[in-house]
Amino acid sequence: MKNQRKGPKTAWSAHSALLPMGLVVLIGYVASILWTVRISFSNSKMLPKSDWAGITQYLKLFANERWAGALIHMVQLGVFFILSALVLGFLLAVFIDQKVRLEGIFRTIYLYSYAISFVACGVVWQWMFNPTLGIQRSLQSWGWESARFDWIASQDMAIYCVVIALLWHSAGLVMAILLAGLRGVDEELWKAARIEGVPRWRYYVSIVLPQLGATVSTAVVLLAISVVKVYDAVVAMTNGGPGDATDVPSKFIMDNLFERQNIGLASAASTSMLITVLIIIAPLMYARSRSKTAASH
Amino acid sequence: MSTTLAPTLASAALHSQATAHRAERPRPAFFSPARMGIYFFLISAALFFLLPLYVMGITSIKPMDEIRQGNIFAMPLAITFEPWAQAWSSACTGLECKGIAVGFWNSMEILVPSLLLSVFMGSLNGYALSFWKVKWANWLFGLLMLGAFIPYPVMIYPLVRMFASINMFQSIPNIVLIHTIFGMPIMTLLFRNYYAGLPVELFKAARIDGGGFWRIYFQLMVPMSLPIFVVATIMQTTGIWNDFILGLIFAGRDNFPITVQLNNIINSTQGEKVYNVNMAATLLTSMVPLVVYFVSGRWFVRGIAAGAVKG
Repeated sequence: MKNQRKGPKTAWSAHSALLPMGLVVLIGYVASILWTVRISFSNSKMLPKSDWAGITQYLKLFANERWAGALIHMVQLGVFFILSALVLGFLLAVFIDQKVRLEGIFRTIYLYSYAISFVACGVVWQWMFNPTLGIQRSLQSWGWESARFDWIASQDMAIYCVVIALLWHSAGLVMAILLAGLRGVDEELWKAARIEGVPRWRYYVSIVLPQLGATVSTAVVLLAISVVKVYDAVVAMTNGGPGDATDVPSKFIMDNLFERQNIGLASAASTSMLITVLIIIAPLMYARSRSKTAASH
Repeated sequence: MSTTLAPTLASAALHSQATAHRAERPRPAFFSPARMGIYFFLISAALFFLLPLYVMGITSIKPMDEIRQGNIFAMPLAITFEPWAQAWSSACTGLECKGIAVGFWNSMEILVPSLLLSVFMGSLNGYALSFWKVKWANWLFGLLMLGAFIPYPVMIYPLVRMFASINMFQSIPNIVLIHTIFGMPIMTLLFRNYYAGLPVELFKAARIDGGGFWRIYFQLMVPMSLPIFVVATIMQTTGIWNDFILGLIFAGRDNFPITVQLNNIINSTQGEKVYNVNMAATLLTSMVPLVVYFVSGRWFVRGIAAGAVKG
């Protein structure tokens, strides 16, 4: 057939059009990642070296207290931020789905913070949490004289300030994703459940939520990746402090790359981060490839 | 606008069907205890989301002595727009005191070429991947998608060395290419999914009419995919404008984007902290994405749905 035959010229066009993508993938992504992994096995300090140092950098890394702290903070953010964002996002989606008036306005309000940069988010919450002029002062001026809300200056509590700021930034995203999922659930299910005498809340928890499995896991992966990547918000809000109380892996890596001139250690940390991300997305990739093969049958 | 997009996105189509179906059932009465509870929750949550915007707004128009004495939530007694003027043109970002305007124009200078290049590349890739047989293309695409999840710090240092070796490090072209590289996964996915939903007969007919690769792209595919160009533009505008880490490393001191300048203003150690100026600068920084968000409305949400794989 004529239309199946591709002249050499047009095939060449298609190949050359995809050349930039090939370069981006092979040089920008693959080569960069391999280079970082390679450097993590060298003694590089200020400049990259090509010697072989085995796992020296990894031993140093996991003996490093600052790195251990950064990992703990990442886990804290992971647990508290992801859970709170899922709960708040799910509640917002369910309540919005009750045919409320002004639905569009509510949705717009819940999502606008997601359009704002993490830097701006960090700055405004730093101001709200300001221990002398912020919320604490307001509580006191309203008559609660002994009110204490100086978390941002506290070694133990500062990380929860980051949790609140991130929650404010991203809960709307979870709502948007889950709402799209909820709208795909068949209304007939509720009619059937109502006849059985199932209360509304029970219907959402036991019937709807299991159906939203794929949607929820998408949201979890998105949130988890943003936790592993978190950098701007922390830099703007606390700059890792007080002390190292809100230090995170990205900040550790960036500091070691560009301030402490410790490229080998930073690369070992980057490689650990890479492995963490791969572990997070592996189940998702697996599920996707399975659903793809299922769809092709 | 929903009619143009709905047939293209399966989930959106499903959504609109479901809403149409639901509309048949009457809305429950407003005044019942359960309904009051729902509205109470929704309104409380709305207050939580709006609170920082409100605090930013009123702080930015209060004089400093009022901020020092008063309550962060109290309305200003004497309104002043001086902080906005200062934030725009004379706030200090380190040694220089030229305000956030410098960062605003730098961000514009970065945004426009990055946006054009990354959206063009995304649509071209999507088109070539959907309709043309290119060897290894699907492997490359798979790797590209994987790349979307990798945190920037993993790739930043090698990229710094690469761009330094061709004397391009820390310049506008550098940051433009960086935005194109890191925007490519999501842009390609967006367009590929769209083109994959178009009937292949359309493409075959254009081939029979003698259309070549580029002619079909410019005369058929681009005009047909304008809605997705809008979604892509919205996503990239907010993404590039809000970027901090890439601009910090690759733009260079003279081209720092507005987010980096904002952070410098906040952390500037010269003199007393001027919170009203800081808040005005924060609002100025957020202006572009907020305008995009409020104007684009549902299109922004489309981008989120499509970008649900983006890291």
